[in-house]
Amino acid sequence: MRYVLKKTVTTLATLLVVSVVLFASFQLISGDPATRMLGTGATPERLEALRAQLGLNDPLPVQYVRWLVSYLHGDPGISYVYKQPVSTLLASKIPVTLALALLSFALMCAIGLPVGLYTAKHAGSALDHAVLVLNQVIMAIPPFFSGILISWVFGMMLRLFSPGGYVPYTRSVAGFLGYLVYPAIAIALPRAAQLSKLLRGSILEEAGKDYTRTAYSRGNDTNGVLYGHILKNALLPTLTFLGMSLANMLAGSLVVERVFNIPGISNTLLASIGNRDYPVVLATVMWIAVFVIVSNLVVDILYRALDPRVDVE
Amino acid sequence: MAGTRRSLRQTIDRLPSPQVFWAGFAIMAAVVALVLVGLVWMPYKPTAMSADRLQGISAAHWLGTDKMGRDILSRVMYGSRVTLMVALGTMAIGAGTGVLVGAVTGFYGGLLDEVVMRVMDGLFAFPNVLLALVFVSLFGSSTMHVMWALGIAFIPSFTRVVRSEYVRIKHLDYVKNARLQGASDARVIFVHMLPNVRGVLLSNVMIGFNNAVLAEAGLSFLGIGSQPPYASLGQMISEAQEIFFRVPTAVLGPGIVIVAMVLGFSLMGEGIRPATQSLD
Amino acid sequence: MKNVTRRTLFAMTPTLALGLAACGKGGGSSSADSLVIGIAGDIDSMDPIHAESAATRELLFNVYDGLVKPDTQSNLNPAIASDYTMSDDGVTYSFTLREGVTFHDGSPVTADDVKYSIERYRDATTGGSLVSAFEAVNHVDVLDDRHVDVVLKEGDTDFLAYFAIGITPAAVVDLDMTPIGCGPYKFVSRSPLENIVLEAYDGYWDADNAAHVPNITFKVISNTDSIGMELAGGSLDLFYRTPETQLSQLSEKQFTIYEGRMNIVQALYLNNAVAPFDDMRVRQALSYAIDPQEIMDYVSGGKGTEVGSSMYPAFTKYFMPELSDVYNQDLDRARELLTEAGYENGFSFTIHVSSSHPQHCETAEVLKEQLAAIGVTANIQEIEWSSWISDIYNNREFEATVVGVDASALNAPSMLRRFTSDDGNNFINFHSEAYDETYARAHAAFDDEEKTTLYKECERILTEEAASVYIQDLPSFVALSNRFEGYEFYPIYAQNFASIRPAE
Repeated sequence: MRYVLKKTVTTLATLLVVSVVLFASFQLISGDPATRMLGTGATPERLEALRAQLGLNDPLPVQYVRWLVSYLHGDPGISYVYKQPVSTLLASKIPVTLALALLSFALMCAIGLPVGLYTAKHAGSALDHAVLVLNQVIMAIPPFFSGILISWVFGMMLRLFSPGGYVPYTRSVAGFLGYLVYPAIAIALPRAAQLSKLLRGSILEEAGKDYTRTAYSRGNDTNGVLYGHILKNALLPTLTFLGMSLANMLAGSLVVERVFNIPGISNTLLASIGNRDYPVVLATVMWIAVFVIVSNLVVDILYRALDPRVDVE
Repeated sequence: MAGTRRSLRQTIDRLPSPQVFWAGFAIMAAVVALVLVGLVWMPYKPTAMSADRLQGISAAHWLGTDKMGRDILSRVMYGSRVTLMVALGTMAIGAGTGVLVGAVTGFYGGLLDEVVMRVMDGLFAFPNVLLALVFVSLFGSSTMHVMWALGIAFIPSFTRVVRSEYVRIKHLDYVKNARLQGASDARVIFVHMLPNVRGVLLSNVMIGFNNAVLAEAGLSFLGIGSQPPYASLGQMISEAQEIFFRVPTAVLGPGIVIVAMVLGFSLMGEGIRPATQSLD
Repeated sequence: MKNVTRRTLFAMTPTLALGLAACGKGGGSSSADSLVIGIAGDIDSMDPIHAESAATRELLFNVYDGLVKPDTQSNLNPAIASDYTMSDDGVTYSFTLREGVTFHDGSPVTADDVKYSIERYRDATTGGSLVSAFEAVNHVDVLDDRHVDVVLKEGDTDFLAYFAIGITPAAVVDLDMTPIGCGPYKFVSRSPLENIVLEAYDGYWDADNAAHVPNITFKVISNTDSIGMELAGGSLDLFYRTPETQLSQLSEKQFTIYEGRMNIVQALYLNNAVAPFDDMRVRQALSYAIDPQEIMDYVSGGKGTEVGSSMYPAFTKYFMPELSDVYNQDLDRARELLTEAGYENGFSFTIHVSSSHPQHCETAEVLKEQLAAIGVTANIQEIEWSSWISDIYNNREFEATVVGVDASALNAPSMLRRFTSDDGNNFINFHSEAYDETYARAHAAFDDEEKTTLYKECERILTEEAASVYIQDLPSFVALSNRFEGYEFYPIYAQNFASIRPAE
């Protein structure tokens, strides 16, 4: 419990640092929000007036504290460009990206775990060797590349879906997931290959340990040893991998959303950086950071819970 | 039953290592050759436009031409150079800094360690693509900036690995002996201990290199990095999407080079390190 | 004839929609009563005064109507105003509001709304890019509910075109969240960076030009390299800026391609205040060095229209095609001029170009090759649009940039005024006394013929002094699904979706 508490405190400190650095770095970008909002009609007086209105003339620390207080009250501000609350804006984008990341994660597990188990059980077989080679190749394919190929093969040639035909989940959840499956495959494949390879490796390593021999000598059959004894231990290293995968899936969707024209946080982030729409950029980046940190934290805690031997410090 | 047990155990050896290594080496050599040859000779100037727009594969243009009539093979040769250089540069920055910081913090521990590791956690909380994105928005889009951004993004993973190795081995006898014999801290850290983290470092560089290639490709796919008329592989793929149906090689060419680069390197890595150490 | 056809069609729409609804297949919209239109990037704002980019203005053309409205033939027709008169001295514009015009919320358009809208455009604290134009307005007099006088500070017979600005209700403050106008389409919803949904306004004042397609969805496309694929795959029914290379992906059975012009002056704009571009000979040398046709070949498959000055062809009254022959490619002459200017060994400079405008980027790439032939090295630096606006346009910290300049209103000043020495929009720092003087005379002239002659003279000065390296008006390829027809090009940045109807 103390560990969780400590971890939470340091996590919060980390987030604070992240937000300060981000906030400060906005000052370096050329083209401030006021210039972007006024565009080609800007005059020095109007720029000045708008900056004052947005509070951009205040000293940086003042701006930061104002933002932080409001953020902690659950209000990340108003989008400069879209004039709506950032929370409303992101509330429509985050579920999309989250769904994509989770779907990719599910696909990764659905493919990676069985393949890993199977190849470990049949290690040394021709199929195992084939999978090993295939895994290496799949791991090397960047998701945006496979995404383009998937669009062409499944979208344009086989006509299984129409590229760019994203369906909002508000209209049809089935249609939404039906479209997201394709980008999710692109994101999940390389990670699934890594997962199966990792699982196979750790099962085989556990298989070489003394307790496995003991289990065999007690008359367990292969399945009994594998599922009763080995798997539990072999899954531990996999767990860390899974935790990191969530973050990785999120990064993957940043690029793949572009290929499939999915209106998630990727486009929002890229457009908002371009528009100097800082409240949106801050909130999006903070959300990503929280997501990654929390998923790592959960893995850490799970890891400790499952394996008391682990000394995380 | 006994047979199963044997098969479970013996296959820790996996695929025969030397062959895997050499297969990877061969692929990598082909990619490096492509880059090296490109330094002295290319079929065409990669920026030279011609009236032969959107040509398919031909004897004159092995991979066809893009919408400006530029030779795709020449552009792939140039793009591979960019991608390879960024990946190597990223590794130099990430691993170099990571080793330095990880060694020092791991060796001394204490408050310094705590603070530095929190900063690293902070950095680590950003997907490297995101970090580079923000960095490049701040300082402008160029190959150099992408390299620095990715390099910085890779520092935490190296720091963590090296640090934990140092934490693990600093209580070992040989380290204690070295200190007893009056070796300076710096000497202990970099002369006595560093060689012992070589293995872990090597396997992380192997993985890191691949991640760097993939990250650079992803970033340049989003249009960040080289300035036109030059392009790295990701940008080429991005631009070629619109001509895929006419000149498929415009997408497949640079795509396959990226895959080959990552595959070659990871196979080489497979060949020289135990199978179970693979992690991010 | 035209109107009759439209009315008949309009009456038939419900039946057609029913008929087609069943046979659409795999489309973003499978029936004829909804049209899915792709737009490259989200618009600036739903509020017409903040419509900075041309892409925003052309879309909002469907939501907001003005006192007058441009048509495809460059006429300004009475719209919300049924009638208008201009005093002989060009100072007072008197409008009579049409009876029965209502906003999308059902409330009638009154003289107060007109006064409110015009003042809003003029107000520096709320207004947008048209503030500088509307500063010419001295005051607006509401005579009664249906009569308004707009009094300018000084006579200006060109001012009428600015009254095409959208009239909005005085009662609505936040047009971004609740956009209400009186155009053929009314706002339904918007999800930033995802879509904008409009529906036909059944109370539209102009029955002859009312919308035929009941629902329109604009889909924001972030990856413009996949537009052809999305069109062919059936996710989009209409894309009005289709890149030329992606056209051949579309089958004739599925799509009709309408070919027109973008109505911009694309040029290599040179900062006339910095060396070496402060030397007219250098600017002329660059003009001699480039070949617009070759640029068109690479960028748009040979399509496009050469322009030689700051005026595009749709302004038939002012456009001077002969100006594009002033600098036919002549590398020897270019080298000669460079030598005269003291740059016999060439020089190098940077072209900044917005990364969100691929055609300008590609143009810069071709320019780089062409300029290399006279020993001039152009480096290309892509920057974000925000940086472009702030660094290049507002702060004028640049050497050269490739961009397209369009007209904010259907009159000559919107293309020419910016090049007078002290104009706030003179981002290239062009300075020519001859130009300033000619422009002032043109602006002050009352006789239309004299005025036109003087504006043309202004164009000629821009060309002869090589204010910039003028290239082309880019071609515009509109891909429209064969389930629809009736796309029309306008002489200005405007898209009129009301003219699109289900195909028979």
